[in-house]
Amino acid sequence: MTGGVRPRREAGAADRDSGDLANPGSLVEVAGLGVEFGDVRAVDDVSFRLAPGAALALVGESGSGKSTAASTLLGLHRGTGARVTGTVRVAGVDVQRASEEELRRLRGAKAAMVFQDPLSSLDPYYAVGDQIAEVYRVHARVSRRAARARAVEVLDRVGIPDAVRRSRSRPHEFSGGMRQRALIAMALACGPELLIADEPTTALDVTVQAQILDLLHTLRAETGMGLLLVTHDVGVAAESVDDVLVVRGGRIVEEGPVTRVLSAPREPYTRRLLSAVPRVDAAHPAAPAGGTEGTGRRDVVLEARGLRREFGRGKQAVTAVDDVSVTVRRGETLGIVGESGSGKTTLGRMLVGLLRPTAGEILLEGRAHRGVDPAVQMVFQDPVSSLNPRRSVGEAIADPLRARGEKDDKAVHVRVTELLERVGLDAAHHDRYPHEFSGGQRQRVGIARALAADPRVIVCDEPVSALDVTTQAQVVALLGELQRELGLALVFVAHDLAVVRQVSDRVAVMRRGRIVEEGPADQVYESPRDPYTRQLLAAVPSLDPHTAAERRAARRALTAA
Amino acid sequence: MSGFAGFVTRRLLATVVTLLAVSVIVYVVFYVTPGDVAQITCGPRCSPEQVRQVAGQLHLDDPLYVRYWHFLQGLVAGQDYSTGTSVAHCPAPCLGLSYQSDQQVTDLILTKLPVSLSLVLGAMVLWLILGVGTGVLSAWRRGRLSERVLTAITLAGTATPVFVIGLVLMIVVCGELELLPFPQYVAFTDDPEQWAWNLLLPWLSLALIEAAAFARLTRAAMLETLAEDHIRTFRAYGVSERAVIGRHALRGALAPVIALNANNVGSAVGGAVLTETLFGLPGIGQELVHAVRVVDLPVVVGMVLVIGFFVVLANAVADVLYAVADRRVVLV
Repeated sequence: MTGGVRPRREAGAADRDSGDLANPGSLVEVAGLGVEFGDVRAVDDVSFRLAPGAALALVGESGSGKSTAASTLLGLHRGTGARVTGTVRVAGVDVQRASEEELRRLRGAKAAMVFQDPLSSLDPYYAVGDQIAEVYRVHARVSRRAARARAVEVLDRVGIPDAVRRSRSRPHEFSGGMRQRALIAMALACGPELLIADEPTTALDVTVQAQILDLLHTLRAETGMGLLLVTHDVGVAAESVDDVLVVRGGRIVEEGPVTRVLSAPREPYTRRLLSAVPRVDAAHPAAPAGGTEGTGRRDVVLEARGLRREFGRGKQAVTAVDDVSVTVRRGETLGIVGESGSGKTTLGRMLVGLLRPTAGEILLEGRAHRGVDPAVQMVFQDPVSSLNPRRSVGEAIADPLRARGEKDDKAVHVRVTELLERVGLDAAHHDRYPHEFSGGQRQRVGIARALAADPRVIVCDEPVSALDVTTQAQVVALLGELQRELGLALVFVAHDLAVVRQVSDRVAVMRRGRIVEEGPADQVYESPRDPYTRQLLAAVPSLDPHTAAERRAARRALTAA
Repeated sequence: MSGFAGFVTRRLLATVVTLLAVSVIVYVVFYVTPGDVAQITCGPRCSPEQVRQVAGQLHLDDPLYVRYWHFLQGLVAGQDYSTGTSVAHCPAPCLGLSYQSDQQVTDLILTKLPVSLSLVLGAMVLWLILGVGTGVLSAWRRGRLSERVLTAITLAGTATPVFVIGLVLMIVVCGELELLPFPQYVAFTDDPEQWAWNLLLPWLSLALIEAAAFARLTRAAMLETLAEDHIRTFRAYGVSERAVIGRHALRGALAPVIALNANNVGSAVGGAVLTETLFGLPGIGQELVHAVRVVDLPVVVGMVLVIGFFVVLANAVADVLYAVADRRVVLV
């Protein structure tokens, strides 16, 4: 690696001399950074420093410009038409003025980036080990064979079992967590001084997220590389960094040590952001004190008995839901929590009648219930794709009314207006199309559509997982309000343990198609009986860095045991 | 690997089923047409006795499925035709007799097929190089002057009829510059070098027409792949633009190119009539046009079946290539 690099090193040294005024001790130095796309100013006057080996998080909601700011560190905006102003220095390279060649030598070798979606971030056509070897050979003059060996070494380092064999697998043969490990291995390959991680755990389950964050922690302790973490999740930041920058609308709102910012935020926006974050250790605010226990069978609205659902036939049959029984009472929220593949969505769809159970029965107010029924409605995860982009929101909300046989256009219009106002939207927006609304507003439209049929039960499938925390809090509050007013029964399906605790009276924990634990929310969260529930809860990132460190130790003990 | 072998087997079985379906449709459409089939098949100058003989050989008195069964038997096992005085054997795959040209259809096709295959496969190599190359270049140079010039040239290529391109090529290259003699088909088995020189202009004319579609498709697919996340990964790791385009983006863009190529190769075997006619190549396309004009039914049926065979075969090959390029296909 040394021979061919020598002349370039000199160029780098000269570069450092010219920028003598800059703090020589900084690994990253960003001053007055601005990024414009056309008329949109995505990043505005952002400045920060990162010392070698230190860890800094850019925290902000979607559209805050945090990812855009991070990608300027590698000069990834070159040739995209974005206007970048200010100075960016990374590992002694002036990114703004560096030649293409200098930039390429920075990328991967001195500063490496880990991206959000580990599936799409690897080339589907090549073996994982070959992709890492390819990147390694860009920066190190070694043989193909040596690069391949290096790939296996780093894959082994990030905890891929049987790395020699697995390095020949293609990305689709890896699980989500393994793919993210492979991307981290790629980042490690050239021994960079800085790791830029852009939402590295957002696409992962909570237990896998904990593993990846622990891995990043260990690697940093061993290699001494600096970390710039970009995340929307305050908990993830609390787990991983020393300092935090809160970003909003392209500007830095607040900065400081993570402990100080999280425990004593100075800016109103930071305070709002923190108060919106659902806490896994806070009791359900409106939990009726033991109220649901006493209510008799009379109040049971929806009951499922021995539900089972298989997909596929013969040898390839997969049991997604296996012998699940649940009941939901009037005015009550049942939370169903589980990781991806646990069968929670399949269960939700069967409850609504969108999927026919392979076995078992569903009773709606004591009567057998098959297929869809106006009394059981659904709110979907993705408010973008669950609304037809070619129909106005008014038409979308009117659909269930017309499906019920309402023919009077005037009556439909009156009812739709009522519903729009009920979910906190402007009734004048009746004729607008979904793309004219924000994510949170679109989810409100989804809720209005579910309400249109006067349901008694609403099944919400990950209703807030695509939303920012502040929007999330508003939508959750709306659902609670509607429930109290209309006496609705809610089934709240989600992977986020904190959100589920926030909304649920009772919680069922699903794993591999079965319910492993069910009970009143406080009981499940405070004294979990099942080891899997304990494991899930231990994996939830804590907002308090001290607790986070303790939890990390506890997780190690759990996995060691 | 067993998954892959299983996939190929399933795909080949599907091919056989498709071919059977094609043969049923072709057979029914042509032999159930109104009019006296025996008279048409035999030709306008046949005596009533000859017509009766033909009717017997075609089993015209039997119900349709029996006639089709005989036809299939001939394809698989061969068939004997008695002409009253002597018995002619038509070995498998027997597509019947052409009474008008007094030849077995299989033999007739076998003399024309090498010409068409030479033309199409050679042109395919050229159109892939020209089309995919242009597509890659214009995706790389997107928005710049060089891309616009390339797009204009490929568009002009498609917009110009083959007889114009071919004629101009012949007049310039063979007439004015005298670089090549006027093309004349030489079989590959006789003289490979002369075969190639004589086919150069036909290949070029056909390729120029087809290349534009490939250029546009490749460009679109490349731009789509270039916008994907994994491309960003390799750029963010300092991989050169050349490697990003050549190794990662092109690989991702190949699937639609393979699919289009399969269709074009398959249909050009029988469809390159203009090119064949212009350059005097005695191929399938020319023969088919002739057979249609003189209403030589057995020849038309045989030719259509053979062309169908190549279309289906090319698509099967494309599917297998797909699976080789992207192993995830096998899983579906």
